[in-house]
Amino acid sequence: MRLNGRFGRFGGCFVPEILVPALEQLEAAFLDAQGDGGFVSELNSLLANYAGRPTPLTKCRNLPGNIYLKREDLLHGGAHKTNQVLGQGLLAKRMGKARLIAETGAGQHGVATAIVGALLGFETLVYMGAEDVERQQLNVFRMQLMGAEVVPVESGGRTLKDAINEALRDWSSSFENTHYLLGTAAGPHPFPTMVREFQRVIGREARAQIIDQLGRLPDAVVACVGGGSNAIGLFADFIEDQVVQLIGVEAAGKGLAGNEHGATLLRGTPGILHGAETYVLQDEDGQVTDTWSVSAGLDYPAVGPEHAHLKDSGRAEYVGASDAEALAAFRALAENEGILCAFESAHALAHALKLAEADADNIILVGLSGRGDKDVAQAQALLA
Amino acid sequence: MSRYAAMFHRLGGEGAFGAFLMLGDPDPETSAELLEAVIEGGADMIEVGIPFSDPVADGPVIQAAAQRALAAGVRVGDCLELIAALRARHSHMPIGILTYANIVVARAGFIREAAEAGADSLLIADVPSLEAEPFVREMEQAGIEPVLIAAPNTPEVALKRIASLSKAYTYCVSRAGITGTHASGQFDAALVERVIEAGGPPPVFGFGISRPEHVRAALSAGAQGVICGSAIVDLASRQGDVGSFVQSLKAVTRNDSVAE
Repeated sequence: MRLNGRFGRFGGCFVPEILVPALEQLEAAFLDAQGDGGFVSELNSLLANYAGRPTPLTKCRNLPGNIYLKREDLLHGGAHKTNQVLGQGLLAKRMGKARLIAETGAGQHGVATAIVGALLGFETLVYMGAEDVERQQLNVFRMQLMGAEVVPVESGGRTLKDAINEALRDWSSSFENTHYLLGTAAGPHPFPTMVREFQRVIGREARAQIIDQLGRLPDAVVACVGGGSNAIGLFADFIEDQVVQLIGVEAAGKGLAGNEHGATLLRGTPGILHGAETYVLQDEDGQVTDTWSVSAGLDYPAVGPEHAHLKDSGRAEYVGASDAEALAAFRALAENEGILCAFESAHALAHALKLAEADADNIILVGLSGRGDKDVAQAQALLA
Repeated sequence: MSRYAAMFHRLGGEGAFGAFLMLGDPDPETSAELLEAVIEGGADMIEVGIPFSDPVADGPVIQAAAQRALAAGVRVGDCLELIAALRARHSHMPIGILTYANIVVARAGFIREAAEAGADSLLIADVPSLEAEPFVREMEQAGIEPVLIAAPNTPEVALKRIASLSKAYTYCVSRAGITGTHASGQFDAALVERVIEAGGPPPVFGFGISRPEHVRAALSAGAQGVICGSAIVDLASRQGDVGSFVQSLKAVTRNDSVAE
């Protein structure tokens, strides 16, 4: 490896020996592409003319305080996921791979991978926990419409973490012709670094836009954290701005006192899962525990290793928002601003509303990572 | 001399037969009986899995075994007790642990406890040679021998690292994939040669050994032993006679000289 793949004590490359050459190939392709004008301009052209970048920065007109929304919900595909699947898709082409595999929870990353598979001409296979396949039929059909095969995973708890396990197993025998298009800034090196770099565009645009609109930096930047890709993408260009508070919001689910949440950084302990040393929700033996969140995208027992480091170094702060708080924020955004956001993003907004209440002068930048269409049926069941 | 070294010495040119079982599958009592059965069947070395919730290097058979053990409430402490009891019954048998990094790091002192229970070696499936050094240092201090995996796609620089870090044996896999991957029956003689040239400990083939002809092919590729896992675990889960099965595979190692 050319980079050390560490964020403080976290990160690394904890995979079976057989996968190390595939990750070395990926790191080399990624680093070479960064310096290749042709690659960079093709990616930028796709981001602008296919995906719809730059996305707007919207000041909330009716919600209290000064809340600015970075509108990744308006990106093609309906979430920030599209930014990085385009990057990884072009890298897979560059490496000569013919097949993409991916994991998905609720289906957002699966849909994004199906999009890039159709666009760039890959055979695409998406692993999805059997439990999630049953709950997210619409996204399953979306993926199939774009030509992807969706494979229900029956092992373990039949959700996202099991889908990642299965994708890693597939990749162990298929890496020669297959790229594993991991969906978040987690997993073994180089994924956390590479996905951050492909998502960095969110924060780069938002920083320029808020300076343009206000002539100053925000007081706080708030994003939800499951695996952590939208948060790290939004944070990355603000890390050097010490005056800006960085706040990641985890799923507090049914409450942090019990076990039904996805608050890895708040309630987990350091461990090694899915290729990286990071915080993990686990028992004393190191068995990974089941998680819960109303939003499938935050329902994950590990977290990107850079967030683990930002927490321990104190540069970022991590808090929780419960299912109920997220649903209230989802509803408030719909009623006051006419925007249906993803349940994941509603966690970030829920915390922003608390900050706005505490200090109405606070300038708060919120990563609105995705739109809420996928959650409308669930919202109807929960709120109607 | 370590128990592995003594075993290879005792066997001379004969191939070593390693039997793998998941500790606590389906419950600790049956697990202890199965360990006895494979030893009676003629296993030369015992490899035991400590169940982990997310075993990414394992195929369906070993995954299911880990799930059964965890569902039965088996804890890491129970596994260490099973090892200690096995050691008490068989003072010369090499015993190796195969598990995952999170099991090793979650319990402070795991490596020392494993050594004290009587395990001779430790293979951590998701710790490649790139990340292995801190673990290997701790194993050396505790007196337990590190085992690393070498594969045909392992580049030369990594293979050298594997050869120098591994002690008990070198776990060779013949093709890409996970445990229980259907064997092609082909075993990579070039990999064995590379391991020996790099100065690694005795090469032993694992992954996809389920029939006598696989044992024969692995040994004729130059390996000094084989490890059979999924086939034994699968048979045990169907209440089959694992002792006779091990006996049938071990017999091949007696008939086929390793010497080329």
